Amino acid sequence: MGKREIQEVNAGSMADIAFLLLIFFLVTTTMDTDSGLSRMLPPPVPPNEETPPPIKDRNVFEVLINAQNRLLVENEPMELSELREAAKEFIENPMNDQSLPEKAEKEVEYFGVYPVTKGVISLQNDNGTQYQMYLSVQNELAAAYNELRDELAQSKFGKKFDELEDDKQDAIRDIYPQKISEAEPKNIGGK
Amino acid sequence: MAKFRKKKGSGQQAISTASLPDIVFMLLFFFMVSTSMKEVSLKIQLKQPEATELSKLEKKSLVTYIYVGVPQRQYQTTFGSEPRLQLNDQFATVDDIRNYIAQERESMRESDRSKMTVSIKADYDTPMGIITDVKQALRDAQALKISYSARKANKVPM
Repeated sequence: MGKREIQEVNAGSMADIAFLLLIFFLVTTTMDTDSGLSRMLPPPVPPNEETPPPIKDRNVFEVLINAQNRLLVENEPMELSELREAAKEFIENPMNDQSLPEKAEKEVEYFGVYPVTKGVISLQNDNGTQYQMYLSVQNELAAAYNELRDELAQSKFGKKFDELEDDKQDAIRDIYPQKISEAEPKNIGGK
Repeated sequence: MAKFRKKKGSGQQAISTASLPDIVFMLLFFFMVSTSMKEVSLKIQLKQPEATELSKLEKKSLVTYIYVGVPQRQYQTTFGSEPRLQLNDQFATVDDIRNYIAQERESMRESDRSKMTVSIKADYDTPMGIITDVKQALRDAQALKISYSARKANKVPM
C-alpha cells in the first residue's frame, strides 16, 4: 500500500556516548605542565667588582655536598632527613642563641616591627655530586622555608601561605626571605 | 478521533540529531586546547629527579628548555657516553648556550623577555659539574630565572 519509508538509525543515544567519551578523557588526561624548583641565579659579577664584606660566621649555614653525595652541615656530617629541621632551627633561631644568626628589627606590613633573621644558607657542591642529591638538598632547604612561612601564616592569618592574598604573602616573604647562596663548586672528588 | 490520529505514523519519531555537531565540536575544542605538542624529540636519556616543593611553570611560551643527560644508545657511537647538552633537536656544548638563549629571547615578544624562564631538564644521575657549567653560561647570558625540572615525589626522596 503506502510507500515504505527508509528507517533512520536511532541516533538519540549518540549524544550520551559522546558525553561519556568526553568525561572519560576529562578525567584521564593529565595536562602535562612542567614543574620544577624555581631559582634565581645571581647576576654575573663585573670583573672589577670589590669582594663583598665577609658575613659573620654565625649568620652562615654551611651545607657542603661531596662527590659521594654525603652532606657536611656546619662541619658536622648529617643525613638528608635531618637537614630540614636543622635549617629551620637555623633560620628561626627561637631562643636567640648566640651561635645562631642575628636578627635585625624591620618594619613589616601587618606585623609591625619584627625581628628578621640575617641568616644565609650557603650551599656548595662538588663537581661529581649527583644531580638528584643536589636537587634533594635544594628541596629540603626550600621545604624548610616553606614550612616556616606556613607556620607563620597559620598563626597570624589562620590560613596557609599559599592561600593568602599577595600583599600578605609579601609580608611573610619579608620576614623569611629565601636566602640560599651557592658558592663556586670545587673539584675534589675527581671526574 | 483526533486522539488516535497519531498512530498512523509508522514507527518511532526520529530524535533530532541537530545538537550532535555541537558535541563533536566541543570534544574537538577540548582536545585542541588541552593537548600539548611534544616539543622536541629527546636524544638523551632523561629520568627526571624527584622533589616535593615544586612550583608549576605557567606560561609555556616563556619557557626555554635545556636538556642534560647521557646520549641515547643509538647516538652513543658518535657522541660518547658522557653527559651532553641538548638544545632544540641537536647536541650542543656549553658554549652554544649563549647563542641559543639570545636566539630564544629574540623570538619572544618585547614585553615577555624579562620574564623568560629557563627550565633545566637534567637526568637524575648527571654529575653537577656540567650543570654548574650550564648555570654559569646562563648567568653570562643574563638568563637568571631558572627552574630545575623535577617530578613530584610522594615521599621525601632519599
